[in-house]
Amino acid sequence: MASDSHEKGRNRPKLELHVPQPHYRPGDTADFSHLNIPAAGDQPRPDEVCEARETYPLCDDLIRVLGDDDRAHGPWDPRLHADTLRKILREMALVRAFDNRMYRAQRQGKTSFYMKCTGEEATSVCATHALAADDMIFPSYRQQGCLIARGYKLTEMINQIYSNKADKLKGRQLPIMYCSKRLNFFSISGNLATQLPQATGFAMASASKGDSRIAATWVGEGSTAEGDFHSALTFATVYNAPVIFNVINNQWAISSFSGFAGAERANFAARAIGYGIAGLRVDGNDPLAVYAAERWAADRARSNGGPTLIEHFTYRAEGHSTSDDPSAYRSAEEREEWPLGDPVNRLRKHLVALGEWDDERQQAMDEEQDAIVRKAQKDAEANGILGHGLHHPFHTMFEDVFEDLPWHLEEQAAQAIRERQIKWPEDKAE
Amino acid sequence: MSALMDEKAAATSQDGVRHMNMIEAINSALDVMLARDPDVILLGEDIGYFGGVFRCTAGLQEKHGTTRVFDTPISECGIIGVAVGMGAYGLRPVPEIQFADYIYPGLDQLISEAARLRYRSAGEFIAPMTVRSPFGGGIFGGQTHSQSPESIFTHVSGLKTVIPATPYDAKGLLISCIEDNDPVIFFEPKRIYNGPFDGYYDKPAKSWKGRDEAQVPEDYYSIPLGKARTVCEGDALTVLAYGTMVHVAESVCRDKGVDAEILDLRTLVPLDIEAIEASVEKTGRCLIVHEATRTSGFGAELSALVTERCFYHLEAPVERVTGFDTPYPHSLEWAYFPGPVRIGEAIDKILSE
Ligand SMILES: Cc1ncc(C[n+]2csc(CCOP(=O)(O)OP(=O)(O)O)c2C)c(N)n1
Repeated sequence: MASDSHEKGRNRPKLELHVPQPHYRPGDTADFSHLNIPAAGDQPRPDEVCEARETYPLCDDLIRVLGDDDRAHGPWDPRLHADTLRKILREMALVRAFDNRMYRAQRQGKTSFYMKCTGEEATSVCATHALAADDMIFPSYRQQGCLIARGYKLTEMINQIYSNKADKLKGRQLPIMYCSKRLNFFSISGNLATQLPQATGFAMASASKGDSRIAATWVGEGSTAEGDFHSALTFATVYNAPVIFNVINNQWAISSFSGFAGAERANFAARAIGYGIAGLRVDGNDPLAVYAAERWAADRARSNGGPTLIEHFTYRAEGHSTSDDPSAYRSAEEREEWPLGDPVNRLRKHLVALGEWDDERQQAMDEEQDAIVRKAQKDAEANGILGHGLHHPFHTMFEDVFEDLPWHLEEQAAQAIRERQIKWPEDKAE
Repeated sequence: MSALMDEKAAATSQDGVRHMNMIEAINSALDVMLARDPDVILLGEDIGYFGGVFRCTAGLQEKHGTTRVFDTPISECGIIGVAVGMGAYGLRPVPEIQFADYIYPGLDQLISEAARLRYRSAGEFIAPMTVRSPFGGGIFGGQTHSQSPESIFTHVSGLKTVIPATPYDAKGLLISCIEDNDPVIFFEPKRIYNGPFDGYYDKPAKSWKGRDEAQVPEDYYSIPLGKARTVCEGDALTVLAYGTMVHVAESVCRDKGVDAEILDLRTLVPLDIEAIEASVEKTGRCLIVHEATRTSGFGAELSALVTERCFYHLEAPVERVTGFDTPYPHSLEWAYFPGPVRIGEAIDKILSE
């Protein structure tokens, strides 16, 4: 009826709702030949303090350094020393070993939750190397590589994942929501994209004080749809804030492909254009390109050139988290067919091509990384795992809500402690 | 009034005290803090060159510079979000949200981020900030310029909520908020910016002129958070109020000749439970007055606390006088406003028990 009356007497074209669909679903053959992947070394490298608009061709390009021949090409080659490259390779391998162990730890019931960054290691490790140690990192939840690149103790990380008695966040945070003020690594929020305006604010504060520290922040491509992303870019451009926005386009936001964040219409790097800030689109699986782009943006910010948005074009090789089953929504072949390869492998092959690395050293290194993680895990387990024992004094649950404990929280703390003695009488702790 | 006078005497000598309305007092607090602490920074829509739509920041940019006091994009999420980052850096931002009704786009940054940063980082990072925002009705602001959203904030762990009712308090409390290391929401009852309001909307507006509470020291002084102000002492009943409603309640009690003890709560979180208990135990009767909508309003919390803690002292059920559970209706503003009739009836009811 309703549609009848709508149709009658009308000759206007019928509107159609577009709902994006990914290229492949489970069972489909994945074929990435539609991706436009330019040759390594072909992308121009503007001066760091150029007008933002000079970068705009790069928003529709893909900065690549490592070619199919495993050699570095073109103006974006950061010309890193072989020692640095080996260090970066080791750290990326360490992140991977760590992820694998922690994933298993979750499966073994030692913690509730874990998130891997497999395939995205370059976007955190290499980017961190391009920053100064006192630059502030405002991470999302897949940047364990930033902490590892800054030398954070793995045992500390695992203590946090286990929420055990040595967890310096007192068992209050979701596993992997690290925080280290000492390493200038901001506390991670579970509310997506909130770190973007915060990073901008930090950068503005630093600039207002005539300091030299800049801020860098990471966000998934799916989360760029949040209002915070747009608020942050607006503030950053208005005040020319020394901040770097790293958008990790790993193609998937849980089960939603990047089309649901608008990827069908424009690249994420191109979001920079509307705000008048510099934008770069980078092969996120190319460690040298990631380093070079981040370094470019850091130098630009540090010399008052303002903010840069970098889209790291990469692929989330594993599930979203331990709670996710990617085979339920995407083609199992995608991971293998991803045309930009694996960042750890690419760097390894580059070092081999330079004559600076070989299979033996690689194997020794892999074993060493695994041993390091295992040792850290053992040390952390000595402090307990999630749910075994109530690790922290109950009073700590009420601390840090405010600087000082108000009367109502003091009363509630007394209640919790009283209950503890009833619920767990064998437990001697406070 | 005696407690107020004591504080004032302790704070400053007689000279250097000036008559100020609430806007001037707030301006003075900001001015003093900008001068005292180089980490204090003011940001918000139209607050810089223009000095804010209510003029609370007038002249401050000219005096303290554009990097200390500046306009922002119309993005409440951005305003609060960058303030979190500024706080993490070590600044003490004082963001202004032009009207409390527009705080909602910034809520996630306030509720999930600012309020919880200390907790989630176990004290490594803090978000000291004082979000100033005019709130409440009585100025024909319609639905979108009249709301009283305080209970949204009092419900959130980690936020402090402060509401002054006089120029003297506005300055002293605001200074405490800026010095506080926790995020604070400072709601300014805009109906009484220029003068106290007795609830009689059809009578000429009053001004702060000649009022004790408008005698404000020009220099630094602070009023601790979490301490209620005894507006007047009495034995017949306790009235708990804040903001504009303090004045309305006061005038109703005066007009009715009721010997009420009126507490201006000043801060909702942390709450001065001792003062509330002491007063209710003395009078045995309690009336709660606020402008915000009734259901799940802060009055519900107050009523529950008084009932839980003072039940055996109570001689009548605790009463609440509030706004209605509707949006603020522009043309029927005075029908909505919890004025003398609603308050008078509640007092009669309590006293008749
Ligand atoms: C504000 C908010 N909405 C929803 C979620 C639930 N959630 C967690 S991760 C995620 C997907 C994020 O995808 P993306 O930004 O692409 O990052 P990725 O996981 O791919 O690294 C969602 C929807 C959340 N944490 N916060």
